[in-house]
Amino acid sequence: MFRPTLAASALALLVATPALADNPVPEGTTLAEDQTFTFWLLDAIKSMDPQINTDVEGSDVLRQLFEGLYSEDADGSLVPGVATDHEVSEDQTTYTFTLRDDATWSNGDPVTAQDFVYAWRRLADPATASEYAWYMELMQVVNAPEVISGDMEPEELGVRAVDDHTFEVQIATPLPYFPQMVVHASTFPVHQATIEEYGDNWTRPENMVGNGAYVLDEHILGERVEMSQSETYWDAENVVLTNLTALTINDVNQGLTRYLAGELDRVDVPAGQFPRLKEEYPEQATSTPYSCSYIYMLNVGDSGPEVLNDVRVRKALAYGIDRDIIVDRILQGGQEPSYNWTHWATAGFEAPETEWSTMSQEDRMAEAQALMEEAGYGPDNPVELTLNYNTSEDHKRIAIAASQMLKPLGFDITLNNMEWKVHTDRMQAQDFEMARYAWCGDYNEASTYLDLFTSYSGHNNGEFFNEEYDAVMKESKTAEDPLPMYQEAERILAEEMPILPIYHYAQVDMVKPDIRGLPTENVMQTWYAKDMYRVAE
Amino acid sequence: MLSYTLKRLALAIPTLLILIIVSFVLMHAAPGGPFTSERELPPEVLANLNAKYGLDQPLWRQIATYVWGILTEFDFGPSFVYKDRTVNEIIAQGFPVTLTYGAISFVVAVLVGVTLGTVAAIRQNTILDYFAVGVSIGAQVLPNFVMAPILVLVFTLWLGWLPGGGWQGGQWEYIVLPVVALSTSFMASIARITRSSMLETLNLNHVRTARAKGLPERRVILRHALKPAMLPVISYLGPAFVAMITGSVVVDVYFSTGGIGKAFVDSALNRDYAVMMGVTILMGALTILFNLVVDILYGWIDPKIRY
Repeated sequence: MFRPTLAASALALLVATPALADNPVPEGTTLAEDQTFTFWLLDAIKSMDPQINTDVEGSDVLRQLFEGLYSEDADGSLVPGVATDHEVSEDQTTYTFTLRDDATWSNGDPVTAQDFVYAWRRLADPATASEYAWYMELMQVVNAPEVISGDMEPEELGVRAVDDHTFEVQIATPLPYFPQMVVHASTFPVHQATIEEYGDNWTRPENMVGNGAYVLDEHILGERVEMSQSETYWDAENVVLTNLTALTINDVNQGLTRYLAGELDRVDVPAGQFPRLKEEYPEQATSTPYSCSYIYMLNVGDSGPEVLNDVRVRKALAYGIDRDIIVDRILQGGQEPSYNWTHWATAGFEAPETEWSTMSQEDRMAEAQALMEEAGYGPDNPVELTLNYNTSEDHKRIAIAASQMLKPLGFDITLNNMEWKVHTDRMQAQDFEMARYAWCGDYNEASTYLDLFTSYSGHNNGEFFNEEYDAVMKESKTAEDPLPMYQEAERILAEEMPILPIYHYAQVDMVKPDIRGLPTENVMQTWYAKDMYRVAE
Repeated sequence: MLSYTLKRLALAIPTLLILIIVSFVLMHAAPGGPFTSERELPPEVLANLNAKYGLDQPLWRQIATYVWGILTEFDFGPSFVYKDRTVNEIIAQGFPVTLTYGAISFVVAVLVGVTLGTVAAIRQNTILDYFAVGVSIGAQVLPNFVMAPILVLVFTLWLGWLPGGGWQGGQWEYIVLPVVALSTSFMASIARITRSSMLETLNLNHVRTARAKGLPERRVILRHALKPAMLPVISYLGPAFVAMITGSVVVDVYFSTGGIGKAFVDSALNRDYAVMMGVTILMGALTILFNLVVDILYGWIDPKIRY
């Protein structure tokens, strides 16, 4: 539903912060002499090409080497990147970004709108074969599906450089959260001449040309990445950290040991160790919300078990799991028990009160028992189900706990540990009954979660098809305030229970006490080294 | 001897070819592919990827193209997962690392293992023997995935003597812990094999004769007993050497060396077909080569063995 009232505000600038960024260091702060930052990567970086990268690790590095239209601050609000602001057309489908005229590539060339046009076309171009090409479709860029499938030329993608400093995007349907989406690393500009000269080798330190606050000095696959301050970055005078090092350590516990030995400034905390570390190092152990949601997906489609077509059984499954135990006894890192799908800290989102979210666990258990009886099941006539999960100590512990909690209700759950690719393959082939699943938001808005359970979503592996749900989600796209629709969608999920929400993620870290500028309220956990600094102790 | 060596090398070619075909088929039979992820790709995106990496071709043609690329240009193809690297580059970066700490571990394991085993055999049933056997059994039952974190805990966290990981181009302080973690269990096996083989040899007639002639014990051991006692040890060392220089996933994971062992295991988990094939072929070729070396050494140690 299109609301013409929006037109009045369409020209309003979304980004309120002034175009010139301020120095991140508050006055009166004494900076440490050593301004280096060493951080941890769980895995080797698969690619340093913004349009090819698919990983969190890769994005953490790319955000330092490149700069997109917008960035985020510590609270997750948009701040100017290469773009200083934008305008939206009256029909909400044309976004015109104004680019700063002092943005420069690391080789001295100016960053222009043409660079963005090139990068966005490249993301969709079948010749690039990007795994993230679908992000162009998610952003609803005009002709993206046709370009990806090869039915149209990349030049027909709905992006255009009006002049050197004006970048225009046409989208197919209004998306109120479109500006949030251009923070994503796959939309970063790339330097055309460099890519054409070096081909796949353009991401090597000796060849790479970026437009970020840092340049790549060294990349030894699976060992480390070295970066140093870029002299050509438009805001270089306000960049404080001089050198960044990323160390790949494939084992979380080993990462923690090396942090404690002083080799790292930031590292993830393994499950279950947060309380101990918090007590020992109260200034270093931190837990902040992280936009991912952990669930058990139920196969309610044709290939799923008959018994899961009974909503009473599905609800009994959901009600029977005591999430407080999972969060407080197993994970112990400030994660939140969840009774809905969308991560609680998502911007502009508020979970609706549903029947089961307000009950006590005793009441939920009693209700589950009643539902099972009504459906004709119980400990004497148990429901047999298999629960698939991918290999991980934490998933295993949660699965064991959940299956034990469900046992007294009359669920006989067989646990099925699978290697990650096998697990994923089975889920996508609808070859499962219950399966462990997690989704991390692509951008900080509830639709990144809720779109997943529409019947036209590519990720709805449990085949939950609900017309009412589809209608609500379609309506939300053009609504001035989509929150009521999002809440309605959550209510439908609570009513139909095609998934068992388990918990909402937290980023549990150890951070050296002299580090400042890491995100505090940003549920996406995107961080920018240019906003960080070390204080003298 | 020369014709035997040439024959063995010629035989290596069909062996490797069979290895390639079997691995290729097995690999593709595993569920999931390089582009399987929790975000199921839209069919058109997947089609583009499959086309780029030749996965839309029938299996026999993929194998043929692959083998052809190796034979004509020594090109093992691009990695399907580390997309800005080729398999040749991944091996060229990781193998020298593994070769370095693997070869050092090998030397350490052989020197310590053979010494320990020999001493134990000569001083059988004395306190020295019990000590040597105790050490080697202790080292054997302590797997390196237990040992590695303990080493880091003690030498990095508590004592602060050595870095807990990394490689830094192979500076010595980065090599020590990986070598200790990797060599220990091999050292234990070598010590056990040496000890039992040595005990057997010491009871042989020619050793008794040597002693009866009044030769000093040192000479009896080093000249007459050690060489024949080494036969079973050498047959163990061939495969052990290959295992050590092609890396250990445990060492690579705990010490973040960037070695080839981790790349190999990752390639299997990621279904990175090209890297998996590349490392498999490398390991296969090295195994064939060092089995041949072992067989040649046999002939040198024991003149009774003729080819």
